[in-house]
Amino acid sequence: MSDNNPIVSSSSPFVQSSGSVSSVMRTVIYALLPGILLYIGLFGWSVLVNILITVVGAMFFEWLMLLLRNRPVRIYLFDGSAILTAVLLSLAIPPLAPWWLLILGIIFSIVVAKHLYGGIGYNTFNPAMAAYAVLLISFPLEMSMWSMPVDEARYLLSFTESVQYSLFQVLPQNIKFDALTSATVLDHIRTEVSSGKPLDNIGASNVFGYIAGQGFEWVNLGFLIGGLWLIYKKIISWHIPLAVLAGITASSLISYAINPSVYVSPFIHLLGGASILGAFFIATDPVTASTTPLGRIIYGLGIGFLTFAIRSWGGYPDGIAFAVLLMGMAAPLIDYYTVPKAYGERV
Amino acid sequence: MKKLWKFKGGIKLPGFKKISNPSSINSIPIPNKIILPLRQHIGEPAEPIVDVGDHVYKGQPVATSKSLMSASVHASTSGVVTDIGKYTIPHQSGMSEICIVIKTDKKDQWHPNIESNLDPENLGTEELCTRIREAGIVGLGGAVFPSAVKLKATRQIDTLIINGAECEPYITCDDALMQNRADDVVQGVLLLRRLLNPAECIIAIEDNKPQAIDAMQASIKKFKEKGIGSVAAIDVIPIPTIFPTGGEKQLIKVLTGKDVPRNGLPYEVGVICLNVGTTVAIRNAIYEGIPLLSRYVTVTGMMVRQPANFEVLIGTPVQDVIKAAGGEKSDKFEIIMGGPMMGQLLPHQQTPVIKATNCILLQDIESEKEANVMPCIRCGSCASACPMNLLPQQLYWHAKEKSFQKLQHYKLSDCIECGCCSVVCPSRIPLVQYFRFAKSEQKDREFKTKLSEQSRIRAQMRDFRLERIKREQEERKARRKAERLKKNAASKKSKPLADKEISAG
Repeated sequence: MSDNNPIVSSSSPFVQSSGSVSSVMRTVIYALLPGILLYIGLFGWSVLVNILITVVGAMFFEWLMLLLRNRPVRIYLFDGSAILTAVLLSLAIPPLAPWWLLILGIIFSIVVAKHLYGGIGYNTFNPAMAAYAVLLISFPLEMSMWSMPVDEARYLLSFTESVQYSLFQVLPQNIKFDALTSATVLDHIRTEVSSGKPLDNIGASNVFGYIAGQGFEWVNLGFLIGGLWLIYKKIISWHIPLAVLAGITASSLISYAINPSVYVSPFIHLLGGASILGAFFIATDPVTASTTPLGRIIYGLGIGFLTFAIRSWGGYPDGIAFAVLLMGMAAPLIDYYTVPKAYGERV
Repeated sequence: MKKLWKFKGGIKLPGFKKISNPSSINSIPIPNKIILPLRQHIGEPAEPIVDVGDHVYKGQPVATSKSLMSASVHASTSGVVTDIGKYTIPHQSGMSEICIVIKTDKKDQWHPNIESNLDPENLGTEELCTRIREAGIVGLGGAVFPSAVKLKATRQIDTLIINGAECEPYITCDDALMQNRADDVVQGVLLLRRLLNPAECIIAIEDNKPQAIDAMQASIKKFKEKGIGSVAAIDVIPIPTIFPTGGEKQLIKVLTGKDVPRNGLPYEVGVICLNVGTTVAIRNAIYEGIPLLSRYVTVTGMMVRQPANFEVLIGTPVQDVIKAAGGEKSDKFEIIMGGPMMGQLLPHQQTPVIKATNCILLQDIESEKEANVMPCIRCGSCASACPMNLLPQQLYWHAKEKSFQKLQHYKLSDCIECGCCSVVCPSRIPLVQYFRFAKSEQKDREFKTKLSEQSRIRAQMRDFRLERIKREQEERKARRKAERLKKNAASKKSKPLADKEISAG
């Protein structure tokens, strides 16, 4: 039975739906803009260069795969899903990453995680996060070279210099790579904890910023605004973001209250890493998330707890990607057991 | 202000209600022929009580049924029965059913038994019910549930709801009815109130019909001034315009906060819900003795020249109704009976208007753009829009796979086919269309299982029978053998004793 089955399509409703997949994807991309603009403003042109490289790469591999899979290119290429995947992936990769890292990530996300699983709607894993995980495991060094926010101390690469660096890894004379990068606040915490130093004075560290991570706290606020706008536009429901943030807050608050020298405050967990981006833009990826109201709460809480657990006890500084991938595996099961009561069923 | 509740889900839709001006009702000429399907209601079809060649009067019953779950059919005008046979009826499947065809004589002669000057105030409740039943009245909102069955409540009714919500886009026939026959509606409500004795009577109207709300309120005021105090119990309640608030279960939720139990009926929670059109039909049957012969129909859509509301005789071919509305603008149109959300495509223009027909919608074929159906992205918009709190997305996967057990797990049978899920789907998947398909498939399967079960039982019975016969034969053989042996043995003894033994055995 195909979707254009005459028996199926000749019956009501005769009202065309106004929405489309591409408008959903477009709205999500718009919602990312405040965060992206702040990110570019604070960390330099490299952020934009990365987005451009991944988007072009994603469109190319999407087109290639559609061609190979004999799918209608016109309809699928511009559905916006590949662009969104590209943007999300580029935001997850350090700004000073070489181009081939980005392209490798795009190949894995579009070719393997998306199309080899059946294309849009059929992917088991979030393509951007699957690619991020692969890159993090395969290139741990490149994936942890995060930029330092641009200020008096840090040289601002011009757009051309950023492109040059991305393509050839050549920096302007007198500029050293180390002068451009620094540990993120979560990296910092990880090193401190593993070397046995107490975290009570984390606020004094230069990666800390005002309330969480230097620079990233503002970028995260930008993503928060975009995320809230998405809820307002009814593109996503509040369940998943709230549950993710609640899961992170609850687990970090409890452990912080018990032992503040080993665990950091919920603020750092919420604004220091990728929690906001993850909660509003990644965990809410409809294809891989849970879809029932209760299921979404469970799924979100699970991501929150796992993120905290990986950050605190795991091998990587940030854990949101792995948490999303793990809970994505559980989503079908969660959905099966959380079917809402139908009208009249509770009586 | 009365407290209102919210039902889950639902969608806001553009109304297109102004197209068919509901402030007046037009009449249409008597058609040349009338086609009366024997089943225009939920339940058993009526059986014809006239023969081909018989002359019938307007209002004369032409088919009746002994079954309670049925409704009589009456000749909607005078003429001669020319055929009793299968004709296409307005049904999803495009199938045909037995219809009585009457060639009209245009005289519109009433049956002599139809008396108008009854004394409605002094009729007992039993008598009222009988008359409603004999008038062939069914729910005119579209569900066509026999009204007499609904009104035979077996428990105390707290709330009587008169449904004037009319939530489907384009349709304005109930709006027109309330604006033009407000007094009849009130009279009908008073009758129903006497019949059911509810604590509260509500006329619920979507707030996009201010004229209808005003008309109803003005009429109630008029009755009050005339000294009819019982109208004080009737409340006209404007309700938010959101589809499908006119659905019985949704409306009950909005007005009472109660959920009708799953697979149950409204009276179980002390509520009875009747459409405004049904209320007027009941009033006409009691006050004027007129059975259900006509109804208000909205003829509308972008492809009809003069959209309007008409009073149409039941059985009128759709072609005549469209002609009365000035005909179609071009020949590139399709006819939908009912609204755009839940209506059905008509196979041709000879299909008759039936008791359920509230609207004839002419839509541009080209307005239905070629749907680029994308794969489901599991966004869950369908679930948020579902007024029954189902998971259309999961139902869709399993309907596609035809896994009927899973469909049961996700409660396919609770789907009211309102179409909200299909409309909100960004991938433009015809969800409800799949569910309808799966439902009919399931019914088919159940029917086949029943048949195979029956034949299995038959085969088993046959085996039992054969075995029993064989066993009996063997038993007889054994007995005879035993008798023979005994006889042989007995012949050596005295004869009388052997006789006794045999007779005892």
